Amino acid sequence: VGDTGVDHRKLAIWVFLGSECFFFGTLIATYLAYRGRSVVGPHPHEILNIPLTTASTFVLLMSSLLMVLALAAAQRGDRRQSRIWLALTIFFGVGFLGFQAWEFTEFIHEGLTLQTNLFGSTFFTLTGFHGGHVAIGVTWLATLLVLDLRGRLSVGDALKVEIAGLYWHFVDIVWIAIFTLIYLIP
Amino acid sequence: VTATPPHDQAEHASVATYLKVAAILAVITALEFAVIYIRALTPILVPLLLVMSAAKFALVVLFFMHLRYDSKVLSTVFLGPLVIAIGIIVALTTLTGAFLVYHR
Repeated sequence: VGDTGVDHRKLAIWVFLGSECFFFGTLIATYLAYRGRSVVGPHPHEILNIPLTTASTFVLLMSSLLMVLALAAAQRGDRRQSRIWLALTIFFGVGFLGFQAWEFTEFIHEGLTLQTNLFGSTFFTLTGFHGGHVAIGVTWLATLLVLDLRGRLSVGDALKVEIAGLYWHFVDIVWIAIFTLIYLIP
Repeated sequence: VTATPPHDQAEHASVATYLKVAAILAVITALEFAVIYIRALTPILVPLLLVMSAAKFALVVLFFMHLRYDSKVLSTVFLGPLVIAIGIIVALTTLTGAFLVYHR
């Protein structure tokens, strides 16, 4: 703990998340700047599946609840509960990635790729990088769960769960913005 | 040795609060999905969706990420870049004439 009264590791993850705001901010800005400028189709209104994406958004939001329940259990020393919530968070994270894989596959079948038009380039870059972050989050959480199952996480390691959780929630809030700006706004 | 605990060990929200926040998030998501199909809301659809999205964003950051309960230092290192990132989005979309639905 430094002069700020905050653990250095926790301060570091928040600084990192601040830098991630710039990263996703520029990707979202690029998508919006090129919005409606594709010369050829498919265009967003022809291809975006809003009911499916609403379902995947719900899955990711609920994974955030599961993550915070895992942290609460870890902080009170209930390792069994913590493992259950952590495993469910991973399951929901994989579920979100499944939705995204299905969506990408559908789009490619309908003729939208990274090279098709400006919409395809900016859409796949933005949502692809977000999906990559989700995949990293799932790997991080799975690593924590395996370490816990092998008895290599103690009650005093709740901060490790908290830091992984902060990353996971950040991935969630980025998707909240993407869902509105890319999918819902006509 | 200090008498008060460090900020990172400060009391967070209760499980009941987390469940309430999750319920609110689910309801807002359902409303977001519903309002895009209500023709009467078309004139205010964009600001309405932005407000609902901002509310969800704030709920997750304040309660699930504990920014409401944690040190102000953490709020500063996160909200500073967030404000600049939003500024970049507004500036770039305005400069390119693509500021949401307001085409030139």
